[in-house]
Amino acid sequence: MTMSDVAERVKKIVVEHLGVEEAKVTEDASFIDDLGADSLDTVELVMAFEEEFGCEIPDDAAEKIVTVKDAIAFIQENA
Amino acid sequence: MRRVVVTGLGLVTPLGTGVDHVWQQLLAGRSGIRPIQNFDISDLPSKIGGQPPLGDLADGGFNPTDWMEAKDQRKNDRFILYGMAAAQQAIEDAGWQPKDTESLERTGVMIGSGIGGLETIYDGAITVATRGPRKLSPFFIPAVLINLVSGQVSIRYGFKGPNHAVVTACSTGAHAIGDAARMIMLDDADVMIAGGAEAAVSRIGLAGFCASRALSTSYNDDPQSASRPWDKGRDGFVMGEGAGVVVLEEYEHALQRGAPIYAEVTGYGMSGDAHHVTAPPEDGNGGYRAMQAALKRAGLQPGDIDYINAHGTSTPLGDAIELGAVKRLFGDEVKDLAMSSTKSAIGHLLGAAGAVEAIFCVLAIRDGVVPPTLNLNEPDPVAEGVDLVPHEAKEKKVRCALSNSFGFGGTNASLILSALD
Repeated sequence: MTMSDVAERVKKIVVEHLGVEEAKVTEDASFIDDLGADSLDTVELVMAFEEEFGCEIPDDAAEKIVTVKDAIAFIQENA
Repeated sequence: MRRVVVTGLGLVTPLGTGVDHVWQQLLAGRSGIRPIQNFDISDLPSKIGGQPPLGDLADGGFNPTDWMEAKDQRKNDRFILYGMAAAQQAIEDAGWQPKDTESLERTGVMIGSGIGGLETIYDGAITVATRGPRKLSPFFIPAVLINLVSGQVSIRYGFKGPNHAVVTACSTGAHAIGDAARMIMLDDADVMIAGGAEAAVSRIGLAGFCASRALSTSYNDDPQSASRPWDKGRDGFVMGEGAGVVVLEEYEHALQRGAPIYAEVTGYGMSGDAHHVTAPPEDGNGGYRAMQAALKRAGLQPGDIDYINAHGTSTPLGDAIELGAVKRLFGDEVKDLAMSSTKSAIGHLLGAAGAVEAIFCVLAIRDGVVPPTLNLNEPDPVAEGVDLVPHEAKEKKVRCALSNSFGFGGTNASLILSALD
């Protein structure tokens, strides 16, 4: 997987799950502070990443995924 | 006691979405019962049901995104979606979307369901069994909880008064309206959004009611004739789904803001059968006492009731027992009564039924017309001497209408709605 491929798929999931405009999903955007997610939304997002990339994201790692960039980095390293 | 009036109506039913559309369809004698096509029914004895037709609202269709953002739809079972849709209609109809703190704190919500998120529970169980608990959505619980229609409506509109939900099987909708009216009478709130929502037309829902031998199974090839209350050929109820929601309001409050007033909630009676989980007692004593209690509360005599919207589910036992109870209670006055079962057209909406049918009573009062009982070709002998409004709607001045709802567990509720003096 290339970096841009992962980023694109991550952003697509975020757009679908949070119902936000694509332009708002920048790499620095925080799911909760910038994209209107609540704590349950972030749990669901992590599950959607697991599903999409066929990886497991343990709870302690999931807690550190705060921004779009965090998600891309974790998946890049672990998927 | 403070007086309570109905100032807003909302409907999602197998005959369509939107109060005017549904009422026109109902009065035209249409049926909303169809073959089920959206899940496997090949091994089920009952293969038909009443589901709100999808489509544009302008044509009376149900379009989920009219009522809930796409991203929120998978976080809520369908019964919540239906409840939100009916609530939005009722709230807009009543013109009650206050912004001030006092009004918001004096407005509550009481929308129940008989079963809640049954299909989502079914899907969730499969997920846990086949893929493990980590794959279950974090929204699973709030998607299925019965009180989450009330919760979601409260959150959307900022209503901070009583936040409650009734669960009494098929009498849920009637109990919700009756209990909410009492909250206004007792000054817990000035406005209550009340009703019921249900979405149990699913593989597990159908299987469950088939297993309890409650459903019609002889008319799978002719779905529109399957729901036939009081007809000799009746053989069980037909499942339906949807929602009915009303805005209830303290009378002076409604007057002061110039709200449209449809009718007054004058009577509400409750009883328990203490008999059997699914069957009413032969003598219909529970239903009789619920009606009697509603009349007492309203200060009315049986002869004051012009129309009864019956529970009338099209089951061999239940229909005859309810009618017997009505005949005993009304005595000679029964000859002036019109009584119909609108379940003949929309099926049995379980926890939504009582609310939807109370709305039909309100509309009968407004328009001076009573909806028909479809498929009543050969009435049961017990129907002798009672106008069950067969086949066609009928003009009739309705000042007071009574709506019966009876549920598994032996729970009974009767509501009386009256024209405003």
